[in-house]
Amino acid sequence: MTMKINWYKFSAPSAFYPLAGKLIPWFWALAALFGVVGLWLGLLVAPTDFQQGEGYRIIFVHVGASWMSMFIYVVMAFWAAIGLAFNTRLSGMMAAALAPTGVLFTFVSLWTGAFWGKPMWGAWWVWDARMTSELILLFLYIGFIALTRAIDDPRRADKAGALLALVGVVNIPIIYFSVKWWNTLHQGASVSLSKGSSMAAIMLWGMLFCALAMWMYTIAVVLTRARGIILERERHTEWVKTLLTQNAPIAPIAQAKAK
Amino acid sequence: MYWNSFSDFLHMGGYGLYVWGSFGMTALLMVAEPWLAARQHRRIVTRLARQLRAEAKTETGASR
Repeated sequence: MTMKINWYKFSAPSAFYPLAGKLIPWFWALAALFGVVGLWLGLLVAPTDFQQGEGYRIIFVHVGASWMSMFIYVVMAFWAAIGLAFNTRLSGMMAAALAPTGVLFTFVSLWTGAFWGKPMWGAWWVWDARMTSELILLFLYIGFIALTRAIDDPRRADKAGALLALVGVVNIPIIYFSVKWWNTLHQGASVSLSKGSSMAAIMLWGMLFCALAMWMYTIAVVLTRARGIILERERHTEWVKTLLTQNAPIAPIAQAKAK
Repeated sequence: MYWNSFSDFLHMGGYGLYVWGSFGMTALLMVAEPWLAARQHRRIVTRLARQLRAEAKTETGASR
């Protein structure tokens, strides 16, 4: 069973690197599958919204991106905590690999929010609690990247970044509950654990599949980036040297140039 | 199928700019990011392999 997987073993970069390489194509396939289903339901099958007309269809990218923007930050903070507690090498690399994708989804959330707000509220942007706290999330991600890249020693950079990630995680419940705690222009949750969904079933499924596609996408792209970071940071180890000299994935190009 | 025609689909009941502006930016970034990440990985592999070959050459003192 899955519980018998030796997680400790895969926390070693030398074991994680080839495992990630094997998993990436599967996550791309799942992302494509869920994406096609989600877009098909959202753009071609779902009926119009009685209040917002066709404009509501922005929900199919907006909600998934917003969920991912928060979820990625929580995962980043989780790796940060693991890194600080156990001093594992992989955790800092994972946090560094997650941050750019967090920036992407936070930006997409704000961008699609603006394109939704303009026709519905008449404004691209308002200083509403939900939107302002999401903007702060964007700054937290950018701050994390800037801080970790400004420190030359990777282990020190990991620690500084981990502290920032952990302090910033307080912003996540603020974003999530902002529509409850304050009177916001932003509408309330479309899906909530206590009340269930306030949407028609077909719209809900379209949105969930789009969000799942973004989730699988995130895993695939973050693993790709993590593999690069692992090689870079482990370049002086024997396993990287063996991997790069034995497999020689770029040998044909190099030989062609040498001739 | 919900739409009557393709131009209906593009028009989005008057919300075309906003709907396609949202989906377009999302699609653009979600294509660009994996491409950049894969390219970065390839470049790291190429650069590190070149450095390793250079080191191996100087260590063995091979003159080719």
